[in-house]
Amino acid sequence: MNQTTARENKPAHIFELYQTMCLIRAFEEKAEIAFDDGFINGSIHQYIGQEAVGTGVCQNLRASDYILSNHRGHGHSIAKGANPEAMMKELMGRVGGTSGAKGGSMHIADFSVGMLGANGVLADGLTMGVGAAQAITLKGEDNIVAVFVGDGTTNRGPFYEALNWAMVYELPILFVCENNTYASSTLTRSVTAGEGPVARAKAFGMPASDVDGNDIVAVDELAADLIARVRSGGGPHFLHARTYRVKGHISRDKLLYRRDGETSENWENEPLGRCAGWLAENGFDESELRTAHSAAYARIDAAVESAKAAPFPDAALAYVDVQDFGPPEPWTKEGGAS
Amino acid sequence: MTEMTFADAVREGLAEEMRRDPLVWALGEDLSTAHGGTSANQYLGLIDEFGPKRIVNTPISENTIMGAAVGAAVAGTRPVADLRMADFGMCAVDELVNQAAKIRYMFGGQARVPLVVRQAIGMRKGGAAQHSQSTEAWYVHTPGLVVVAPGTPADGRGLLKSAIRADDPVVYMEHKDLWVSKGDVPDDEGLVPIGVAKTLRQGTDLTIVSWSKMAQLSNDAAEALAKDGASVEVIDLRTLWPWDKAAVYASIKKTGRLLVAQEAVQVGGFAAEIMADVTENCAGDLKTHARRIGAPRMPVPYAEPMENEYRVTTERVIAKARETLDA
Repeated sequence: MNQTTARENKPAHIFELYQTMCLIRAFEEKAEIAFDDGFINGSIHQYIGQEAVGTGVCQNLRASDYILSNHRGHGHSIAKGANPEAMMKELMGRVGGTSGAKGGSMHIADFSVGMLGANGVLADGLTMGVGAAQAITLKGEDNIVAVFVGDGTTNRGPFYEALNWAMVYELPILFVCENNTYASSTLTRSVTAGEGPVARAKAFGMPASDVDGNDIVAVDELAADLIARVRSGGGPHFLHARTYRVKGHISRDKLLYRRDGETSENWENEPLGRCAGWLAENGFDESELRTAHSAAYARIDAAVESAKAAPFPDAALAYVDVQDFGPPEPWTKEGGAS
Repeated sequence: MTEMTFADAVREGLAEEMRRDPLVWALGEDLSTAHGGTSANQYLGLIDEFGPKRIVNTPISENTIMGAAVGAAVAGTRPVADLRMADFGMCAVDELVNQAAKIRYMFGGQARVPLVVRQAIGMRKGGAAQHSQSTEAWYVHTPGLVVVAPGTPADGRGLLKSAIRADDPVVYMEHKDLWVSKGDVPDDEGLVPIGVAKTLRQGTDLTIVSWSKMAQLSNDAAEALAKDGASVEVIDLRTLWPWDKAAVYASIKKTGRLLVAQEAVQVGGFAAEIMADVTENCAGDLKTHARRIGAPRMPVPYAEPMENEYRVTTERVIAKARETLDA
């Protein structure tokens, strides 16, 4: 969506990406506060530190392209164009949430912008992404699919099925492996044989690229190129983005499995600071960057307040949207449902 | 009416739907190889008419056959995924139960998942433990899914067509022994509605409720019992979720006696659900408590004497029916 500006004015284009990354960062920080204050049910998986990957990929997609996400899906959603106000309502289980408050954080989705869902089961986005690409092929569209997986998911069987399948049928898919170092609280390399995700993709004959996932300029350039190749019938491509999950697996995670200083060392490399540095070197003054940053936080603050003010859904809506044939029967006075 | 086999009738039904709607397509193992389907030519010749984009011959990748069907369904097409046997369907339970069954709900109705997944059930000769299972109750237990188990060629065709047109994910369970069975198939569209049972035989003394191949065995049992003067009504449910409660209740009102016959393992089976429901809702109409017959809770054995020991046979249905009639 920003390809025109990218060609005409690269700093202006990167500035737009910076604004999106600020929105994601603000969303994740404010969601954590809302969670700690008791406004969010369950748990949240934050995207802090990985913003450049989702932003660099999704902002090069069209609204009609599909993405499939994983359990850490807030950033992908915002980058694909989902409405953060509706997303915050979804996290707080309120009327106006993206999924009518039926799914919450882990099942965030916005089909109106091609975001086909975050997912509580790892690797299922891969197989469903393959199917979405089959649908595109069947309908003769020139859309593509981007599937986001983490490093941990490369140890699940469907990862291999999906990569093989995508190659066999030459499907229009960009597989994006965000290597954030951890599989839940386990260091992925401690449970993974071989040379890593790129080597695994190449074993299927799939072209694979590697990028510093905290460098938005690099991710954006590479993603634009790969997406154009996939869209023009070049078949699937694998993008390995090296990054770091600054926060825990979930917000409550105490990070007991990390060595002292590990998080702060990696924080030095976080993508928003690096992007701001690049923009400063390319003609933006500090006040412009500060203004953009503040605008994002102000928008999310307002989203939080708006969500807190929104009502909870009527409990009877729980019965809606199960299935057309044989929907559930509500509890009766006698008890018992079917 | 035209007489044809179950496998041929269902293939015709699929072809008719594919002609009607260009967004209907099929995927699974061996669909476009020389024998067109697992073992009964269920897809024979379709590759010639519809080509490889709509008859997709897949690798042995059950997770992706099922997952791709889900993804393609939410992206606006109507896939028919074939998992060969219900035993292999277990490899794809995650994509079916965690994704297909829940996507409409957990995304607040933003999407429908209009897919059909074919999973063959039931014992043939020598299928042994991993090629014989009847797992219909697993999916009846899963909210979001529709489960059908037709027992005749006409119902096989008509229910497949209705399943393809439904916006819910439908688990289509066809008995492997039925593929070669013959029956009359209507020459018209022949749609069979989801959720409507069929009374195979009218009777006044006992109701036998069954589905899939066991409905035919129940009908045979009823015929034998008629020679002894017993009038047995046989209901083929055809759809297991949602099952036709009204038809079953009405029959019980008439006969006062119920036997549910299933090929699946009896413990935790679908017969148990029917009996529990009837106990709650038809107690006043029952002259004796409802009964059921199903397989022992053990894997299906291989050698013929043990295999026959395991089977729910017509004779066993007759014996259980007599017990119910005499009570």
